[in-house]
Amino acid sequence: MASEPILLTERSRETPEDDFERDLHTEHQVLNMGPSHPATHGTVKFMVELDGETIVSIDVMVGYLHRGFEKECESGTWYQAIPYTDRLNYNSAILANLGYCMAVEKLLGLETPERCQWLRVMSSELARLSDHLTRCGAACLELQAMTPFLYGIEARELTWDLCEMLCGARVTSNYIRIGGVKHDAPTTFPSTCREYIGRIRELLRDFDKVVTGNRIFIDRMKGTGFLSKEDCIRYAVTGPLLRAAGVPCDVRKAEPYLVYDQIDFDVPIGEVGDNYDRYLVCVEEMHQSLRIIEQCLDRLARLGPGPVNTLDPRVRWPAKERVFNRMEELIQQFKSVTEGPRVPKGEAYFAVESANGELGFYLVSGGGAVPHKVRCRPPSFINLAPLYLMLRGSMLADLIPTFDMVNMIGGECDR
Amino acid sequence: MEDFGSAGLRRLLAAMPDAVVSSHAQHGDVTALLKRERLADAMRLLRDDAESAFDMLSDVCAVDYLGEEPRFEVVYHLYSLARNQRLRVKVRVPEADPVVDSLVGLWASANWMEREVWDLYGIRFRHHPDLRRILLYDEFQGHPLRKDYPKERRQPLVGPRN
Repeated sequence: MASEPILLTERSRETPEDDFERDLHTEHQVLNMGPSHPATHGTVKFMVELDGETIVSIDVMVGYLHRGFEKECESGTWYQAIPYTDRLNYNSAILANLGYCMAVEKLLGLETPERCQWLRVMSSELARLSDHLTRCGAACLELQAMTPFLYGIEARELTWDLCEMLCGARVTSNYIRIGGVKHDAPTTFPSTCREYIGRIRELLRDFDKVVTGNRIFIDRMKGTGFLSKEDCIRYAVTGPLLRAAGVPCDVRKAEPYLVYDQIDFDVPIGEVGDNYDRYLVCVEEMHQSLRIIEQCLDRLARLGPGPVNTLDPRVRWPAKERVFNRMEELIQQFKSVTEGPRVPKGEAYFAVESANGELGFYLVSGGGAVPHKVRCRPPSFINLAPLYLMLRGSMLADLIPTFDMVNMIGGECDR
Repeated sequence: MEDFGSAGLRRLLAAMPDAVVSSHAQHGDVTALLKRERLADAMRLLRDDAESAFDMLSDVCAVDYLGEEPRFEVVYHLYSLARNQRLRVKVRVPEADPVVDSLVGLWASANWMEREVWDLYGIRFRHHPDLRRILLYDEFQGHPLRKDYPKERRQPLVGPRN
Protein backbone atom coordinates (compact mmCIF):
# COMPACT_ATOMS: atom_id res chain seq x y z
CA MET A 1 0.00 0.00 0.00
CA ALA A 2 2.66 2.46 1.03
CA SER A 3 4.26 4.00 -2.03
CA GLU A 4 7.53 5.85 -2.32
CA PRO A 5 7.01 9.43 -1.13
CA ILE A 6 7.57 11.96 -3.89
CA LEU A 7 8.79 15.41 -3.06
CA LEU A 8 6.33 17.97 -4.30
CA THR A 9 9.09 20.34 -5.35
CA GLU A 10 10.66 17.75 -7.62
CA ARG A 11 7.34 16.88 -9.24
CA SER A 12 6.40 20.46 -9.87
CA ARG A 13 9.69 20.94 -11.63
CA GLU A 14 8.76 18.15 -14.07
CA THR A 15 5.51 19.67 -15.37
CA PRO A 16 5.17 23.18 -14.11
CA GLU A 17 2.52 24.15 -16.71
CA ASP A 18 -0.29 21.73 -15.68
CA ASP A 19 0.26 21.93 -11.99
CA PHE A 20 -3.48 22.01 -11.31
CA GLU A 21 -4.25 19.03 -13.56
CA ARG A 22 -1.76 16.73 -11.89
CA ASP A 23 -2.97 13.68 -10.04
CA LEU A 24 -2.05 14.14 -6.41
CA HIS A 25 -1.33 10.70 -5.11
CA THR A 26 -1.77 10.08 -1.46
CA GLU A 27 -1.01 7.03 0.54
CA HIS A 28 -3.93 4.63 0.82
CA GLN A 29 -5.55 4.75 4.18
CA VAL A 30 -7.72 2.16 5.84
CA LEU A 31 -10.88 3.48 7.40
CA ASN A 32 -12.73 1.39 9.92
CA MET A 33 -16.50 1.99 9.61
CA GLY A 34 -18.68 0.33 12.19
CA PRO A 35 -19.62 -2.05 13.75
CA SER A 36 -21.76 0.64 15.36
CA HIS A 37 -22.13 3.43 12.86
CA PRO A 38 -25.24 5.55 12.25
CA ALA A 39 -25.26 4.57 8.58
CA THR A 40 -24.89 0.84 9.16
CA HIS A 41 -28.37 0.26 10.55
CA GLY A 42 -27.71 -3.17 11.88
CA THR A 43 -24.27 -4.09 13.05
CA VAL A 44 -21.64 -4.60 10.41
CA LYS A 45 -18.07 -3.46 10.00
CA PHE A 46 -16.44 -2.19 6.83
CA MET A 47 -12.68 -1.99 6.47
CA VAL A 48 -12.53 0.51 3.64
CA GLU A 49 -9.25 1.10 1.86
CA LEU A 50 -9.29 4.64 0.53
CA ASP A 51 -7.25 6.55 -1.99
CA GLY A 52 -8.23 10.05 -0.98
CA GLU A 53 -12.00 9.73 -1.01
CA THR A 54 -12.09 6.94 -3.60
CA ILE A 55 -12.76 3.42 -2.46
CA VAL A 56 -10.02 0.97 -3.45
CA SER A 57 -11.35 -2.07 -1.67
CA ILE A 58 -13.81 -3.03 1.05
CA ASP A 59 -13.66 -5.91 3.44
CA VAL A 60 -17.13 -6.47 4.85
CA MET A 61 -17.15 -8.10 8.25
CA VAL A 62 -20.46 -9.62 9.20
CA GLY A 63 -21.41 -11.80 12.12
CA TYR A 64 -21.89 -9.31 14.94
CA LEU A 65 -25.49 -10.44 15.35
CA HIS A 66 -24.74 -14.15 15.08
CA ARG A 67 -26.82 -15.85 17.72
CA GLY A 68 -26.78 -19.46 16.58
CA PHE A 69 -30.15 -19.53 14.82
CA GLU A 70 -29.51 -22.90 13.22
CA LYS A 71 -28.09 -24.44 16.40
CA GLU A 72 -31.13 -23.27 18.39
CA CYS A 73 -33.55 -24.62 15.79
CA GLU A 74 -31.78 -27.96 15.85
CA SER A 75 -32.29 -28.32 19.59
CA GLY A 76 -36.03 -27.54 19.85
CA THR A 77 -39.12 -29.04 18.29
CA TRP A 78 -40.32 -28.19 14.78
CA TYR A 79 -42.80 -25.69 16.18
CA GLN A 80 -40.30 -23.99 18.47
CA ALA A 81 -38.29 -22.79 15.47
CA ILE A 82 -41.08 -20.52 14.18
CA PRO A 83 -40.47 -17.64 16.66
CA TYR A 84 -36.77 -17.74 15.79
CA THR A 85 -37.65 -17.20 12.14
CA ASP A 86 -39.46 -13.98 13.19
CA ARG A 87 -36.10 -12.64 14.32
CA LEU A 88 -34.37 -13.20 10.98
CA ASN A 89 -35.67 -10.26 9.02
CA TYR A 90 -37.56 -8.22 11.58
CA ASN A 91 -39.04 -5.93 8.91
CA SER A 92 -40.87 -8.77 7.24
CA ALA A 93 -41.13 -11.52 9.82
CA ILE A 94 -44.14 -13.16 8.20
CA LEU A 95 -42.15 -13.98 5.08
CA ALA A 96 -39.60 -15.95 7.10
CA ASN A 97 -42.42 -17.70 9.02
CA LEU A 98 -43.91 -18.64 5.69
CA GLY A 99 -40.68 -20.00 4.19
CA TYR A 100 -39.98 -22.20 7.19
CA CYS A 101 -43.53 -23.49 7.63
CA MET A 102 -43.93 -24.28 3.95
CA ALA A 103 -40.65 -26.20 3.97
CA VAL A 104 -41.90 -28.28 6.91
CA GLU A 105 -45.21 -28.79 5.10
CA LYS A 106 -43.29 -29.98 2.06
CA LEU A 107 -41.55 -32.60 4.23
CA LEU A 108 -44.89 -33.62 5.75
CA GLY A 109 -46.70 -33.57 2.40
CA LEU A 110 -49.39 -31.23 3.76
CA GLU A 111 -51.91 -29.20 1.78
CA THR A 112 -53.40 -26.12 3.42
CA PRO A 113 -57.03 -24.95 2.95
CA GLU A 114 -57.73 -22.36 0.27
CA ARG A 115 -58.70 -19.62 2.73
CA CYS A 116 -55.43 -20.09 4.57
CA GLN A 117 -53.47 -19.73 1.33
CA TRP A 118 -55.09 -16.39 0.51
CA LEU A 119 -54.51 -15.17 4.05
CA ARG A 120 -50.88 -16.21 3.77
CA VAL A 121 -50.41 -14.33 0.51
CA MET A 122 -52.09 -11.24 1.94
CA SER A 123 -50.01 -11.22 5.10
CA SER A 124 -46.77 -11.82 3.25
CA GLU A 125 -47.49 -8.92 0.89
CA LEU A 126 -48.11 -6.70 3.92
CA ALA A 127 -44.70 -7.78 5.21
CA ARG A 128 -43.05 -7.05 1.86
CA LEU A 129 -44.66 -3.63 1.87
CA SER A 130 -43.34 -2.77 5.31
CA ASP A 131 -39.86 -3.97 4.35
CA HIS A 132 -39.73 -1.86 1.17
CA LEU A 133 -41.12 1.16 3.04
CA THR A 134 -38.34 0.85 5.60
CA ARG A 135 -35.71 0.44 2.92
CA CYS A 136 -36.80 3.47 0.89
CA GLY A 137 -37.53 5.59 3.95
CA ALA A 138 -34.23 4.83 5.63
CA ALA A 139 -32.37 5.47 2.38
CA CYS A 140 -33.77 9.03 2.38
CA LEU A 141 -32.98 9.51 6.06
CA GLU A 142 -29.37 8.58 5.57
CA LEU A 143 -29.16 11.00 2.66
CA GLN A 144 -30.24 13.68 5.15
CA ALA A 145 -33.88 13.83 4.03
CA MET A 146 -35.99 13.56 7.16
CA THR A 147 -39.48 14.26 5.73
CA PRO A 148 -39.78 11.37 3.26
CA PHE A 149 -38.50 9.04 5.95
CA LEU A 150 -41.46 10.05 8.10
CA TYR A 151 -43.86 9.45 5.20
CA GLY A 152 -42.40 5.97 4.77
CA ILE A 153 -42.51 5.20 8.48
CA GLU A 154 -46.08 6.46 8.77
CA ALA A 155 -47.11 4.07 6.01
CA ARG A 156 -45.14 1.29 7.69
CA GLU A 157 -47.02 1.96 10.92
CA LEU A 158 -50.24 1.32 9.03
CA THR A 159 -48.99 -2.05 7.76
CA TRP A 160 -47.91 -2.90 11.30
CA ASP A 161 -51.34 -1.93 12.63
CA LEU A 162 -52.85 -4.34 10.12
CA CYS A 163 -50.38 -6.99 11.21
CA GLU A 164 -51.43 -6.36 14.81
CA MET A 165 -55.06 -6.87 13.84
CA LEU A 166 -54.16 -10.17 12.21
CA CYS A 167 -52.00 -11.72 14.87
CA GLY A 168 -51.68 -9.43 17.88
CA ALA A 169 -48.07 -8.53 17.28
CA ARG A 170 -46.59 -5.69 15.28
CA VAL A 171 -43.10 -6.88 14.49
CA THR A 172 -42.44 -10.46 15.56
CA SER A 173 -45.64 -11.87 14.16
CA ASN A 174 -45.39 -15.65 14.61
CA TYR A 175 -48.51 -15.72 12.43
CA ILE A 176 -47.90 -18.58 10.02
CA ARG A 177 -48.09 -22.03 11.59
CA ILE A 178 -47.30 -25.48 10.24
CA GLY A 179 -50.43 -26.43 8.34
CA GLY A 180 -52.19 -23.07 8.57
CA VAL A 181 -52.19 -19.65 10.17
CA LYS A 182 -52.72 -18.66 13.80
CA HIS A 183 -56.33 -17.66 13.19
CA ASP A 184 -58.58 -16.00 10.63
CA ALA A 185 -58.60 -12.23 10.19
CA PRO A 186 -61.10 -10.38 12.43
CA THR A 187 -64.36 -9.25 10.83
CA THR A 188 -63.30 -5.60 10.89
CA PHE A 189 -60.11 -6.38 9.03
CA PRO A 190 -61.25 -6.01 5.38
CA SER A 191 -62.76 -2.54 5.83
CA THR A 192 -59.80 -1.27 7.87
CA CYS A 193 -57.38 -2.76 5.36
CA ARG A 194 -59.08 -1.06 2.42
CA GLU A 195 -59.05 2.25 4.25
CA TYR A 196 -55.35 1.85 5.07
CA ILE A 197 -54.51 0.88 1.49
CA GLY A 198 -55.96 4.23 0.41
CA ARG A 199 -53.88 6.05 2.99
CA ILE A 200 -50.73 4.14 2.07
CA ARG A 201 -51.29 5.05 -1.59
CA GLU A 202 -51.58 8.71 -0.59
CA LEU A 203 -48.39 8.53 1.44
CA LEU A 204 -46.61 6.80 -1.42
CA ARG A 205 -47.75 9.62 -3.70
CA ASP A 206 -46.38 12.22 -1.28
CA PHE A 207 -43.17 10.23 -0.98
CA ASP A 208 -42.90 10.03 -4.75
CA LYS A 209 -43.41 13.79 -5.16
CA VAL A 210 -40.70 14.67 -2.66
CA VAL A 211 -38.14 12.04 -3.57
CA THR A 212 -38.31 10.50 -7.04
CA GLY A 213 -37.63 13.68 -9.02
CA ASN A 214 -35.52 15.36 -6.36
CA ARG A 215 -32.19 16.46 -7.81
CA ILE A 216 -30.17 15.79 -4.68
CA PHE A 217 -31.66 12.31 -4.38
CA ILE A 218 -31.02 11.54 -8.05
CA ASP A 219 -27.44 12.81 -7.80
CA ARG A 220 -26.74 10.49 -4.91
CA MET A 221 -28.55 7.44 -6.32
CA LYS A 222 -28.11 7.50 -10.09
CA GLY A 223 -24.96 5.80 -11.31
CA THR A 224 -23.86 4.65 -7.86
CA GLY A 225 -23.65 1.11 -6.58
CA PHE A 226 -23.79 -0.27 -10.09
CA LEU A 227 -23.86 -4.07 -10.40
CA SER A 228 -24.24 -5.68 -13.80
CA LYS A 229 -26.61 -8.51 -14.67
CA GLU A 230 -23.73 -10.94 -15.14
CA ASP A 231 -22.19 -10.10 -11.78
CA CYS A 232 -25.57 -10.48 -10.08
CA ILE A 233 -25.89 -13.98 -11.49
CA ARG A 234 -22.30 -14.93 -10.60
CA TYR A 235 -22.94 -13.86 -7.03
CA ALA A 236 -26.42 -15.48 -6.91
CA VAL A 237 -27.90 -12.09 -6.06
CA THR A 238 -31.71 -12.21 -6.09
CA GLY A 239 -34.63 -9.94 -5.34
CA PRO A 240 -34.90 -6.22 -6.19
CA LEU A 241 -31.14 -6.04 -6.82
CA LEU A 242 -31.31 -8.64 -9.59
CA ARG A 243 -34.51 -7.20 -11.01
CA ALA A 244 -33.00 -3.70 -11.04
CA ALA A 245 -30.24 -5.11 -13.24
CA GLY A 246 -32.88 -6.14 -15.76
CA VAL A 247 -33.54 -9.80 -14.97
CA PRO A 248 -37.27 -10.49 -14.44
CA CYS A 249 -36.62 -13.20 -11.88
CA ASP A 250 -39.16 -13.60 -9.09
CA VAL A 251 -39.87 -16.86 -7.24
CA ARG A 252 -43.55 -15.88 -7.15
CA LYS A 253 -43.64 -16.06 -10.95
CA ALA A 254 -40.95 -18.65 -11.68
CA GLU A 255 -42.14 -21.29 -9.21
CA PRO A 256 -45.55 -20.06 -8.04
CA TYR A 257 -46.38 -21.20 -4.53
CA LEU A 258 -49.65 -20.73 -2.60
CA VAL A 259 -52.11 -18.99 -4.95
CA TYR A 260 -49.72 -16.61 -6.71
CA ASP A 261 -50.58 -18.22 -10.03
CA GLN A 262 -54.17 -16.97 -9.67
CA ILE A 263 -53.14 -13.40 -8.89
CA ASP A 264 -52.62 -10.66 -11.43
CA PHE A 265 -49.42 -8.74 -10.71
CA ASP A 266 -46.38 -7.50 -12.61
CA VAL A 267 -42.68 -7.90 -11.93
CA PRO A 268 -40.96 -4.53 -12.42
CA ILE A 269 -37.40 -4.52 -13.75
CA GLY A 270 -34.73 -1.83 -13.99
CA GLU A 271 -32.40 -0.94 -16.81
CA VAL A 272 -28.85 -0.56 -15.58
CA GLY A 273 -28.75 -1.85 -12.01
CA ASP A 274 -27.74 1.24 -10.05
CA ASN A 275 -29.22 2.45 -6.77
CA TYR A 276 -31.83 4.61 -8.49
CA ASP A 277 -33.13 1.59 -10.43
CA ARG A 278 -33.30 -0.38 -7.20
CA TYR A 279 -35.31 2.40 -5.62
CA LEU A 280 -37.72 2.53 -8.57
CA VAL A 281 -38.14 -1.25 -8.55
CA CYS A 282 -38.94 -1.19 -4.83
CA VAL A 283 -41.50 1.59 -5.23
CA GLU A 284 -43.24 -0.24 -8.06
CA GLU A 285 -43.21 -3.48 -6.06
CA MET A 286 -45.01 -1.68 -3.25
CA HIS A 287 -47.79 -0.69 -5.67
CA GLN A 288 -47.93 -4.29 -6.91
CA SER A 289 -48.16 -5.55 -3.33
CA LEU A 290 -51.12 -3.23 -2.70
CA ARG A 291 -52.74 -4.64 -5.83
CA ILE A 292 -52.20 -8.20 -4.59
CA ILE A 293 -53.63 -7.36 -1.15
CA GLU A 294 -56.79 -5.94 -2.77
CA GLN A 295 -57.21 -9.09 -4.83
CA CYS A 296 -56.77 -11.18 -1.69
CA LEU A 297 -59.42 -9.17 0.14
CA ASP A 298 -61.86 -9.64 -2.75
CA ARG A 299 -61.24 -13.36 -2.89
CA LEU A 300 -61.45 -13.82 0.88
CA ALA A 301 -64.80 -12.02 0.88
CA ARG A 302 -66.05 -14.28 -1.91
CA LEU A 303 -64.75 -17.45 -0.22
CA GLY A 304 -66.64 -16.69 2.98
CA PRO A 305 -65.78 -18.16 6.35
CA GLY A 306 -63.99 -21.48 6.32
CA PRO A 307 -61.15 -23.45 7.89
CA VAL A 308 -57.74 -21.78 8.00
CA ASN A 309 -55.88 -24.80 9.35
CA THR A 310 -55.37 -28.25 7.92
CA LEU A 311 -57.22 -31.08 9.63
CA ASP A 312 -54.21 -33.39 9.44
CA PRO A 313 -53.89 -35.03 12.89
CA ARG A 314 -50.09 -34.91 12.73
CA VAL A 315 -50.02 -31.14 13.20
CA ARG A 316 -53.49 -30.35 14.48
CA TRP A 317 -54.59 -30.69 18.08
CA PRO A 318 -57.66 -32.87 18.60
CA ALA A 319 -60.97 -31.25 19.57
CA LYS A 320 -61.19 -30.50 23.29
CA GLU A 321 -64.40 -32.42 23.74
CA ARG A 322 -62.74 -35.58 22.49
CA VAL A 323 -59.62 -34.97 24.54
CA PHE A 324 -61.68 -34.97 27.73
CA ASN A 325 -63.65 -38.10 26.88
CA ARG A 326 -61.34 -40.41 24.93
CA MET A 327 -58.03 -42.03 25.74
CA GLU A 328 -56.44 -41.85 22.25
CA GLU A 329 -57.15 -38.18 21.80
CA LEU A 330 -55.86 -37.44 25.28
CA ILE A 331 -52.60 -39.18 24.44
CA GLN A 332 -52.43 -37.35 21.12
CA GLN A 333 -53.06 -34.00 22.83
CA PHE A 334 -50.28 -34.76 25.31
CA LYS A 335 -47.89 -35.70 22.50
CA SER A 336 -48.83 -32.64 20.42
CA VAL A 337 -48.18 -30.28 23.31
CA THR A 338 -44.97 -31.79 24.60
CA GLU A 339 -43.17 -32.61 21.38
CA GLY A 340 -45.24 -31.47 18.41
CA PRO A 341 -45.27 -33.18 15.05
CA ARG A 342 -42.90 -35.97 14.06
CA VAL A 343 -41.69 -35.25 10.56
CA PRO A 344 -40.85 -38.21 8.30
CA LYS A 345 -37.21 -38.83 7.47
CA GLY A 346 -36.06 -36.88 4.45
CA GLU A 347 -34.85 -33.57 3.10
CA ALA A 348 -36.55 -30.67 1.35
CA TYR A 349 -35.70 -27.19 0.09
CA PHE A 350 -38.38 -24.57 -0.21
CA ALA A 351 -37.91 -20.99 -1.36
CA VAL A 352 -40.18 -17.97 -1.09
CA GLU A 353 -39.65 -14.53 -2.56
CA SER A 354 -38.83 -12.40 0.45
CA ALA A 355 -38.40 -8.64 0.30
CA ASN A 356 -34.66 -9.09 -0.23
CA GLY A 357 -34.75 -12.00 -2.62
CA GLU A 358 -34.94 -15.75 -2.52
CA LEU A 359 -35.36 -16.87 1.08
CA GLY A 360 -34.91 -20.62 1.14
CA PHE A 361 -35.09 -23.21 3.88
CA TYR A 362 -33.29 -26.52 3.51
CA LEU A 363 -34.54 -28.93 6.15
CA VAL A 364 -33.32 -32.41 7.01
CA SER A 365 -35.40 -34.61 9.26
CA GLY A 366 -34.18 -37.77 10.91
CA GLY A 367 -37.78 -38.81 11.47
CA GLY A 368 -38.09 -37.33 14.95
CA ALA A 369 -39.69 -34.42 16.75
CA VAL A 370 -36.49 -32.34 16.48
CA PRO A 371 -35.11 -31.09 13.15
CA HIS A 372 -31.76 -32.55 12.21
CA LYS A 373 -30.80 -29.56 10.11
CA VAL A 374 -32.42 -26.17 9.54
CA ARG A 375 -30.55 -24.19 6.95
CA CYS A 376 -31.73 -20.73 6.02
CA ARG A 377 -30.55 -19.34 2.69
CA PRO A 378 -30.30 -15.71 3.74
CA PRO A 379 -30.72 -13.27 0.85
CA SER A 380 -29.17 -10.41 2.86
CA PHE A 381 -25.95 -12.33 3.38
CA ILE A 382 -25.64 -13.42 -0.23
CA ASN A 383 -26.59 -9.99 -1.62
CA LEU A 384 -24.01 -8.28 0.58
CA ALA A 385 -21.08 -10.35 -0.73
CA PRO A 386 -20.60 -8.35 -3.98
CA LEU A 387 -20.67 -4.98 -2.13
CA TYR A 388 -16.99 -4.39 -2.93
CA LEU A 389 -17.80 -4.84 -6.64
CA MET A 390 -20.59 -2.26 -6.43
CA LEU A 391 -18.34 0.28 -4.75
CA ARG A 392 -14.88 -0.24 -6.21
CA GLY A 393 -13.71 3.08 -7.59
CA SER A 394 -16.60 5.12 -6.22
CA MET A 395 -16.57 7.76 -3.54
CA LEU A 396 -16.82 6.94 0.13
CA ALA A 397 -20.16 8.78 0.29
CA ASP A 398 -21.64 6.31 -2.23
CA LEU A 399 -21.30 3.58 0.34
CA ILE A 400 -24.27 5.00 2.26
CA PRO A 401 -27.02 4.78 -0.41
CA THR A 402 -25.61 1.52 -1.77
CA PHE A 403 -25.66 -0.14 1.61
CA ASP A 404 -29.21 1.13 2.10
CA MET A 405 -30.49 -0.28 -1.15
CA VAL A 406 -28.77 -3.64 -0.57
CA ASN A 407 -30.86 -3.60 2.61
CA MET A 408 -28.71 -5.89 4.65
CA ILE A 409 -30.69 -6.92 7.72
CA GLY A 410 -28.33 -8.02 10.48
CA GLY A 411 -30.73 -10.54 11.96
CA GLU A 412 -31.01 -12.40 8.71
CA CYS A 413 -27.46 -11.91 7.49
CA ASP A 414 -25.74 -13.12 10.65
CA ARG A 415 -28.43 -15.51 11.93
CA MET B 1 -29.57 -44.45 -12.46
CA GLU B 2 -32.68 -42.38 -12.97
CA ASP B 3 -32.65 -38.69 -13.91
CA PHE B 4 -36.23 -37.91 -12.68
CA GLY B 5 -36.91 -35.69 -15.66
CA SER B 6 -34.14 -33.23 -14.81
CA ALA B 7 -32.23 -32.13 -17.90
CA GLY B 8 -29.19 -31.27 -15.78
CA LEU B 9 -28.96 -34.66 -14.13
CA ARG B 10 -29.53 -36.40 -17.47
CA ARG B 11 -26.58 -34.56 -19.01
CA LEU B 12 -24.42 -35.35 -16.01
CA LEU B 13 -25.29 -39.06 -16.11
CA ALA B 14 -24.56 -39.19 -19.84
CA ALA B 15 -21.22 -37.38 -19.66
CA MET B 16 -19.83 -38.56 -16.32
CA PRO B 17 -21.73 -41.67 -15.21
CA ASP B 18 -18.94 -42.70 -12.84
CA ALA B 19 -19.14 -39.42 -10.89
CA VAL B 20 -22.68 -39.95 -9.60
CA VAL B 21 -23.07 -42.28 -6.62
CA SER B 22 -26.85 -42.15 -6.32
CA SER B 23 -29.83 -39.94 -7.09
CA HIS B 24 -33.32 -39.36 -5.76
CA ALA B 25 -36.19 -36.91 -6.16
CA GLN B 26 -37.79 -36.80 -2.71
CA HIS B 27 -40.65 -34.25 -2.52
CA GLY B 28 -39.84 -33.26 -6.10
CA ASP B 29 -36.31 -32.01 -5.35
CA VAL B 30 -33.97 -33.75 -7.77
CA THR B 31 -30.78 -34.66 -5.93
CA ALA B 32 -27.50 -36.21 -6.99
CA LEU B 33 -24.87 -37.57 -4.63
CA LEU B 34 -21.48 -37.16 -6.26
CA LYS B 35 -18.04 -38.59 -5.62
CA ARG B 36 -16.00 -36.01 -3.76
CA GLU B 37 -13.03 -36.08 -6.12
CA ARG B 38 -15.22 -35.49 -9.20
CA LEU B 39 -17.18 -32.58 -7.74
CA ALA B 40 -15.40 -29.70 -9.48
CA ASP B 41 -15.50 -31.37 -12.92
CA ALA B 42 -19.15 -32.31 -12.57
CA MET B 43 -20.10 -28.81 -11.43
CA ARG B 44 -18.22 -27.26 -14.34
CA LEU B 45 -20.21 -29.47 -16.69
CA LEU B 46 -23.50 -28.53 -15.01
CA ARG B 47 -22.69 -24.85 -15.33
CA ASP B 48 -21.38 -24.83 -18.89
CA ASP B 49 -23.62 -27.36 -20.60
CA ALA B 50 -26.32 -25.65 -22.65
CA GLU B 51 -29.03 -28.07 -21.53
CA SER B 52 -28.41 -27.84 -17.81
CA ALA B 53 -27.13 -24.21 -17.73
CA PHE B 54 -26.98 -23.86 -13.96
CA ASP B 55 -25.80 -20.26 -13.88
CA MET B 56 -26.51 -19.70 -10.18
CA LEU B 57 -25.08 -21.47 -7.18
CA SER B 58 -27.81 -20.36 -4.85
CA ASP B 59 -26.82 -22.11 -1.65
CA VAL B 60 -23.99 -24.05 -0.02
CA CYS B 61 -24.35 -25.68 3.37
CA ALA B 62 -23.25 -28.75 5.28
CA VAL B 63 -24.99 -31.37 7.39
CA ASP B 64 -23.36 -33.30 10.21
CA TYR B 65 -24.46 -36.95 10.36
CA LEU B 66 -22.58 -37.76 13.55
CA GLY B 67 -22.07 -41.51 13.93
CA GLU B 68 -22.26 -42.22 10.21
CA GLU B 69 -19.28 -42.71 7.98
CA PRO B 70 -18.43 -40.48 6.13
CA ARG B 71 -19.63 -38.01 8.72
CA PHE B 72 -20.36 -34.80 6.83
CA GLU B 73 -22.31 -33.94 3.75
CA VAL B 74 -21.80 -30.70 1.81
CA VAL B 75 -24.99 -29.67 0.02
CA TYR B 76 -25.13 -27.38 -3.03
CA HIS B 77 -28.34 -25.94 -4.43
CA LEU B 78 -28.11 -24.99 -8.08
CA TYR B 79 -30.57 -22.87 -10.00
CA SER B 80 -30.76 -22.16 -13.70
CA LEU B 81 -32.24 -18.78 -14.54
CA ALA B 82 -32.48 -19.59 -18.23
CA ARG B 83 -34.23 -22.93 -17.76
CA ASN B 84 -35.94 -22.30 -14.41
CA GLN B 85 -34.83 -25.59 -12.93
CA ARG B 86 -33.13 -26.62 -9.72
CA LEU B 87 -30.75 -29.38 -8.77
CA ARG B 88 -29.35 -30.37 -5.41
CA VAL B 89 -25.83 -31.77 -5.45
CA LYS B 90 -24.29 -33.43 -2.42
CA VAL B 91 -20.89 -34.88 -1.55
CA ARG B 92 -19.96 -36.91 1.51
CA VAL B 93 -16.89 -35.78 3.45
CA PRO B 94 -15.10 -37.92 6.05
CA GLU B 95 -14.17 -36.45 9.42
CA ALA B 96 -10.52 -37.52 9.10
CA ASP B 97 -10.01 -35.55 5.89
CA PRO B 98 -12.64 -32.78 5.79
CA VAL B 99 -11.65 -31.20 2.48
CA VAL B 100 -13.70 -30.42 -0.64
CA ASP B 101 -12.68 -28.60 -3.81
CA SER B 102 -13.70 -24.96 -3.73
CA LEU B 103 -16.15 -23.77 -6.37
CA VAL B 104 -15.19 -20.08 -6.17
CA GLY B 105 -13.63 -20.39 -9.62
CA LEU B 106 -16.98 -21.45 -11.07
CA TRP B 107 -19.43 -19.26 -9.13
CA ALA B 108 -18.34 -16.21 -7.16
CA SER B 109 -21.23 -16.74 -4.74
CA ALA B 110 -19.40 -19.78 -3.35
CA ASN B 111 -16.87 -17.49 -1.66
CA TRP B 112 -18.84 -16.36 1.39
CA MET B 113 -20.95 -19.50 1.67
CA GLU B 114 -17.89 -21.76 1.71
CA ARG B 115 -16.34 -19.51 4.34
CA GLU B 116 -19.47 -19.99 6.40
CA VAL B 117 -19.30 -23.79 6.06
CA TRP B 118 -15.65 -23.68 7.14
CA ASP B 119 -16.54 -21.43 10.05
CA LEU B 120 -19.45 -23.46 11.40
CA TYR B 121 -18.52 -27.02 10.39
CA GLY B 122 -14.74 -27.00 9.98
CA ILE B 123 -14.80 -28.33 6.44
CA ARG B 124 -11.94 -26.91 4.36
CA PHE B 125 -12.23 -25.90 0.73
CA ARG B 126 -9.19 -26.58 -1.42
CA HIS B 127 -8.02 -23.57 -3.50
CA HIS B 128 -10.40 -21.15 -1.76
CA PRO B 129 -8.80 -17.69 -2.15
CA ASP B 130 -9.68 -16.38 1.31
CA LEU B 131 -10.76 -19.10 3.73
CA ARG B 132 -11.30 -17.08 6.92
CA ARG B 133 -14.01 -17.34 9.52
CA ILE B 134 -16.96 -15.15 8.57
CA LEU B 135 -19.73 -15.20 11.17
CA LEU B 136 -17.54 -15.92 14.19
CA TYR B 137 -14.31 -14.28 15.28
CA ASP B 138 -10.81 -15.62 14.71
CA GLU B 139 -10.22 -16.60 18.34
CA PHE B 140 -13.31 -18.83 18.46
CA GLN B 141 -12.47 -22.41 19.41
CA GLY B 142 -14.19 -25.20 17.48
CA HIS B 143 -16.98 -25.28 14.93
CA PRO B 144 -20.36 -24.77 16.58
CA LEU B 145 -22.78 -26.41 14.15
CA ARG B 146 -21.07 -29.79 14.57
CA LYS B 147 -23.41 -32.07 16.47
CA ASP B 148 -20.76 -32.81 19.11
CA TYR B 149 -20.34 -29.11 19.94
CA PRO B 150 -22.44 -28.56 23.09
CA LYS B 151 -24.95 -25.75 22.82
CA GLU B 152 -24.10 -24.46 26.29
CA ARG B 153 -20.35 -24.14 25.76
CA ARG B 154 -19.04 -20.68 26.62
CA GLN B 155 -16.10 -19.12 24.83
CA PRO B 156 -13.72 -16.67 26.47
CA LEU B 157 -14.44 -13.01 25.78
CA VAL B 158 -11.93 -11.41 23.50
CA GLY B 159 -11.13 -7.72 23.43
CA PRO B 160 -10.04 -5.59 20.52
CA ARG B 161 -6.70 -6.66 19.15
CA ASN B 162 -4.99 -3.24 19.37
